[in-house]
Amino acid sequence: MGKKWFITNKMTFTFILLGLVIFLFIIVPLIKTIVTSDFQILLETALDGEVISCIGLTLYAALIATVIGFFLGVPLAYLLARVDFPGKNLVEGLVDIPIVVPHIAAGIALLFVFGRSFAVGRAFHFIGIDFLDSIAGIVVAMLFVSVPFLINSAKEGFKKVDVRLEKVARSLGASPWQAFFRVSFPLAWRSIVAGSMMMWARGISEFAAVIILAYHPMIASTLIYERFESYGLAHAQPVAALLIIICLTAFILFRLTLYRGQRI
Amino acid sequence: MIQIKNLCVDLGDFLLRDINLNVAAGEYFIILGPTGAGKTVLLESIAGLYPLKSGEIWLRGTKVTRLGPEKRGISIVYQDHVLFPHLSVAENITFGLKLHRRPHSELTEVLDWLSDLLDIGHLLDRSPDTLSGGEQQKVALARALSVKPEVLLLDEPLSALDPETREGVQRELRQLHNQLRITTIHVTHDFEEAVALGDHIAVLGDGCIQQIGTPDEIFRQPNSEFVARFAMVKNIFTGEIVSKENGGAALRTEGIELAVVTDLRGKLRSSVRPEDILISPQLLHSSARNSFCGTITGIADKGSTLYLTVTVPPDFICLVTRRSFEDMGLAEGQKVYLTFKASAVHIF
Repeated sequence: MGKKWFITNKMTFTFILLGLVIFLFIIVPLIKTIVTSDFQILLETALDGEVISCIGLTLYAALIATVIGFFLGVPLAYLLARVDFPGKNLVEGLVDIPIVVPHIAAGIALLFVFGRSFAVGRAFHFIGIDFLDSIAGIVVAMLFVSVPFLINSAKEGFKKVDVRLEKVARSLGASPWQAFFRVSFPLAWRSIVAGSMMMWARGISEFAAVIILAYHPMIASTLIYERFESYGLAHAQPVAALLIIICLTAFILFRLTLYRGQRI
Repeated sequence: MIQIKNLCVDLGDFLLRDINLNVAAGEYFIILGPTGAGKTVLLESIAGLYPLKSGEIWLRGTKVTRLGPEKRGISIVYQDHVLFPHLSVAENITFGLKLHRRPHSELTEVLDWLSDLLDIGHLLDRSPDTLSGGEQQKVALARALSVKPEVLLLDEPLSALDPETREGVQRELRQLHNQLRITTIHVTHDFEEAVALGDHIAVLGDGCIQQIGTPDEIFRQPNSEFVARFAMVKNIFTGEIVSKENGGAALRTEGIELAVVTDLRGKLRSSVRPEDILISPQLLHSSARNSFCGTITGIADKGSTLYLTVTVPPDFICLVTRRSFEDMGLAEGQKVYLTFKASAVHIF
């Protein structure tokens, strides 16, 4: 996209200035956290057993949430992209709710449903899954707050696939399943992966909803919070820096593989 | 072969209603109608890709109204080709065969056959988005033919092509059909295309079929204003193209001879656009090869322009602006000269 890269008028200039402010606002704290960390301390933190297990648990729980979100969210995304039904706008709006409600409130709401006082919670308890202070609780909290990112991204991906591609496939002998798996799904794949990535990242960063359901076992955010509360900024910073580094690395690797051969 | 009975389709803004069509086996059937008449949707409903409101579709004596599109043996080629962007040309063409788990030998066989037939052998490894419009068209056709369909549906197959490619593809479509004899339903808004290709034409407008007939019937006896609008104003003449001693060619038709520019010979049709005909009270000396004297027998006033019917015979429809019309003081019964270039005569 060969747009010429110079300041053409006052508006562009103003927008660049304003854009720069918000860009620096995003990027400076992240970089500052990393570069002001003492490398020695960072290394020690990275080798600290508790830190490793907390970060590992965070990545793992967010991954499980993403996998569940993938299997349940992609079909819904496809329906929302392809089928018109009464109340569709309402469904689309409701799907976005986890993004807009305060996450601490989301945690409380989840506790109501997945706690043992409610049928859903009891049913899961019956098959041996409890959500209080357990990995299952962390996963549920992460799933709730982050699945809209996957659904919305996958939905946009499916919308971009010309519906006539599916129709051609059908006329050539494809069942609805085959048309989906051979045409729509591969063509929406990038959007689905990008959405999954967003979901995973959002899961990793979740704190409020998680601690309501499961303060223990501790995820990275809980650990950072606890160290900040008990020992102060100096002790919280290396863990935070480590988490940021790991997430950034994963994020960049993901994007590189996803947009291989294209401009990022 | 295909019978469509009392078909009714809901297009949101309007209905396609009471559609009754009979397409014989091996026939090239044209559905002609203006843009937005629901032609594409009609094709999709025949293929089972668009839900019917009511009506029945029969294929080879079997009712297929409720049969899934994958079980009908009907292939569709869309106007803008819609090739699978994530697959190579070869993979596009073999898509249907792979679905049916055909052996590799058959895949190669079909690929060879279609590469030969459509001259696309050199494209097989390319990605669809690197192809020209004409090439994409051929690949889309190859993909549709790969599954050996009983019926081929073509949605405006020539509209997305530039004029030169168009003529070639139109000729190829005709040849292809002569060779394979696949029952074909082709929708278009272009009258000349319809006349050149169709064994029968159904004119679609205002949500229903206006007239069905052979090309000759449609443009000689249009049964309504609507059909006439498509057919009348086009100066269509059928005749024999013969070589002239000066090296040129002429179309002999209805007692006159039109100088034309073409390498084609034999029985063909020609058309002259009304706006390409010059009208003058005296004989014009110009480079234009066609000059006829006739009498104004009809005037249709369209505001800033007028359509004149000039009987030579045959009748020519000519377009003049109101200013020229008034400057020349033209009136019915007046003798005028028609002048147009040989290159203005379109052969099809």
